[in-house]
Amino acid sequence: MSTIHVSVTVNGERREADVEPRLLLVHLLRDTFGLTGTHIGCDSSNCGACTVHVDGMSAKSCTMLAVQVDGREVRTIEGMADGAALHPLQQAFWDQHGLQCGFCTPGMIMQAAWLLEQNAAPSEGEIREGIAGNLCRCTGYVNIVKAIQQAADTLRAVDAPAEPATAG
Amino acid sequence: MTDVQVRTTTTLEVGGMGHSVKRKEDPRFIRGKGEYIDDLNLPGQLWMDIVRSPYAHAKILGIDASEALKIPGVLAVVTGADLEKAGLHWMPTLAGDKQMVLPTHTVMYQAQEVAAVVATDRYIAADGVAAVLVDYEPLPVIVDPKKALEPGAQVLRPDRGPEKANNHIWHWESGDRAAADAALAKADVRVAEDIYIPRIHVASIETCGCIADWDAVNGHLTLHMTSQAPHAIRTVLALVSGLPEHKIRVKTHDIGGGFGGKVPVYPGYVLAVVASLTTGKPVKWIEDRSENLQADSFARDYHIHAELGATKEGRITSLKVKTIADHGYTDAAADPSKFPAGLFNVITGSYDFPDAFVEVDGVYTNKPPGGVAYRCSFRVTEAVHAIERMVDILAHEIGKDPAQLRMENFIQPEQFPYKTPTGWEYDSGNYPVALRKAMDMIGYEDLRREQAEKRARGELMGIGISSFTEIVGAGPSHTFDILGIKMFDSCEIRVHPTGKVMARIGVQTQGQGHETTFAQIIAEELGFPVADIAIEYGDTDTAPYGLGTYASRSTPVAGAATAIAARKIRDKARLLAAHLLEANPDDLEWGSGAFSVKGSPDKKKTIQEIAFAAYTNHPQGMEAGLEAVDYYDPPNLTFPFGSYICVVDIDRGTGQVKVRRFVAVDDCGNIINPMIVDGQIHGGLTMGFAPALYEEIAYDELGNNLNGTFMDYLLPTAVETPAWETGKTITPSPHHPIGAKGVGESATVGAPPAIANAVVDALWHLGVRNIDIPMTPQKVWRILNEKGVAL
Repeated sequence: MSTIHVSVTVNGERREADVEPRLLLVHLLRDTFGLTGTHIGCDSSNCGACTVHVDGMSAKSCTMLAVQVDGREVRTIEGMADGAALHPLQQAFWDQHGLQCGFCTPGMIMQAAWLLEQNAAPSEGEIREGIAGNLCRCTGYVNIVKAIQQAADTLRAVDAPAEPATAG
Repeated sequence: MTDVQVRTTTTLEVGGMGHSVKRKEDPRFIRGKGEYIDDLNLPGQLWMDIVRSPYAHAKILGIDASEALKIPGVLAVVTGADLEKAGLHWMPTLAGDKQMVLPTHTVMYQAQEVAAVVATDRYIAADGVAAVLVDYEPLPVIVDPKKALEPGAQVLRPDRGPEKANNHIWHWESGDRAAADAALAKADVRVAEDIYIPRIHVASIETCGCIADWDAVNGHLTLHMTSQAPHAIRTVLALVSGLPEHKIRVKTHDIGGGFGGKVPVYPGYVLAVVASLTTGKPVKWIEDRSENLQADSFARDYHIHAELGATKEGRITSLKVKTIADHGYTDAAADPSKFPAGLFNVITGSYDFPDAFVEVDGVYTNKPPGGVAYRCSFRVTEAVHAIERMVDILAHEIGKDPAQLRMENFIQPEQFPYKTPTGWEYDSGNYPVALRKAMDMIGYEDLRREQAEKRARGELMGIGISSFTEIVGAGPSHTFDILGIKMFDSCEIRVHPTGKVMARIGVQTQGQGHETTFAQIIAEELGFPVADIAIEYGDTDTAPYGLGTYASRSTPVAGAATAIAARKIRDKARLLAAHLLEANPDDLEWGSGAFSVKGSPDKKKTIQEIAFAAYTNHPQGMEAGLEAVDYYDPPNLTFPFGSYICVVDIDRGTGQVKVRRFVAVDDCGNIINPMIVDGQIHGGLTMGFAPALYEEIAYDELGNNLNGTFMDYLLPTAVETPAWETGKTITPSPHHPIGAKGVGESATVGAPPAIANAVVDALWHLGVRNIDIPMTPQKVWRILNEKGVAL
């Protein structure tokens, strides 16, 4: 079968591949690039285990073709930590017991990251709506919601300008 | 205050029992560095994909693989005829029935495996599947187990021989039929109901899969797979394939949720093994979601008729239950061999009454194997649903508050250990306290007042209770085995010279957090910090033999083995400490991770110092080293319990049931990690909520699966799922070494009847006695419409 050349920036790194036109993005990431943190849980875009960012937008990589990311930027779970320093969402999922089997976790974290970029201080209801496209079978979502709230607090504290020192 | 204080005896740094230690497994998962089966790829690996039947029952007239084999990269197409030559077309199920690996002449359910395509790439394997032509002759289909039992019904399994020319698999009964009949005849009040608990599917977010890796040079097979019971798989593989068991290694890696769906041996695993044996290369098979939802084993599918007798004051006197169990075309349940209907006879529940009789008949239909699991393997969910629905119906029938009726019928705390009329001995419990706590947390009396006001205004609000008793920890070897293998479990602990610990357990983890909680058991017993303890599992070459993780058995059985193995190490450590301190072992006392001389607390040796001495300075005549293994045979099962209260509001316009509040008070005995226990309960509640309102695997009359994708099989999202409110009581198990009972399935077992009871409670005044789950908007709206209250 003929192939098409794809050039894509993944987690800040330029990656190239010759792919079949039918290759799914999730298989490009997992099988071609070896980034297996992005998972596959369904064939119908329902579960969200495959959620990544494409040019900053949350996207279900099982429902995109690899050729569609040519010339674009993709961020996966492997691109969330800064070296040894966890992303506040990763830290919060750990702190709040927001994962059990861990299979939905990368997609859930990527979706939550996008959600918090859109809404820095979401209510519980907004968080639940925001992750409605990501299924978790283990946690009952309670601690995932708490984790996203914790990360939102952390990210806002980082972004907030330092309080000016008061003269004493 | 919703929670009791959980007892701790260690510092947080040591992290023994009762501490909410953060999970040791999480750092890899939150970074996307877990290793699930599809993340693993071996050099030279091939791919396998499966041709499946579109028919629920059909003769195979021919299979033409010629077009498939022309596709570059397609290497082989394996059919039932190929397997038959090696005698591998049938395999045993865990229930001792037979299951086709591939059919030689007849398919028995929709999506059954018909042929396997082996190719160089996953896409090419799928191309090959699409190119295999199968000629079918459709046969009449039986989807209703009651019709399957009718005289003259076509016999679905003629392979069982002429003496079994029917679709009846087995009959099982428990209790005293005559006594139950007599008590029912004398009862002032009798309530009877037909309750159907439909087929559901665990739908773990990771599907099933494997890589079979045959090493022809060494005659060695490694099977990397999604299994909750790797040792049992190894033994079954050895028996089926004839390969020597020491040349088979089953390795599980990380598992993306199990819930019982990864206990059975599916044909795909065996086909991958055959493909690897044939090609001499590693062969990978990964299910897609539709294959998973259509062909893997299912849970429930119980048609229950229950009858409850009581005095006119509402004191229960007797229970009689007759059930038809739809097992699909083969009995592939993972029940202990003496219990074809699992532990269904725990159906007398939390109530004290003398007479009960329960019988179950297993039946074949044209469906995939059923009766396996959905976060409860052993039919406890079905039992709890039936008794909790019946108790509620009785309460409504005689006009007594359902909480009050339960209180008046509970087994009382002083009656434990309590012998049930169906033969179980409940270890411990305090049911009134749990229910009262749930009532206080939710404000039960206020809710009843609110309900009366709303009902007067025509609004539909219901309150439902479930006071369940679980039965877990299978099990004592005198009673429990699967395919003859006794249901003990195991732990091996090795303490290294520098005071670091490696422990291996016979159970598996699919998200339960065993790397953390089993380390906490060892930390509790030996004083090593959790950070210094590594837990390994899921590799049959290294882990001690165990029956795996399902039916909430890890903590009750392997957890006990871990505590006992640690105590064996402590016994030896005492002798080493006595040697180091030049003291009599009997003069030493244990505390805070050290042995000290009684009365001279400064004369002590820490467990780390003792560990070093075990390799560097052990007394003459004593074996070097510090390790122990234990195979734990539980003396009894454990009986977790709880009381759940649910409040629902029903939309008269749409029939939609909204769970407004849900309070769950659970008692799982002593708690290893409160954070993890809460997480297990949250998840379990959600998997009780799901089948109560949304999930069902339904079939049309042709046996077509109507729920084969996540578009049709509705897992709850964060939007529908209630914000669970949890509370605890703690009643330790008296026979378990650490007093723990297990918790993984309690909430899935207990939650559905609380929701069903709430919905029926909202509608009882309209003449509604029962609604079978799932209580979908369509089903509820039709009832509202029929009763003239739909808007």
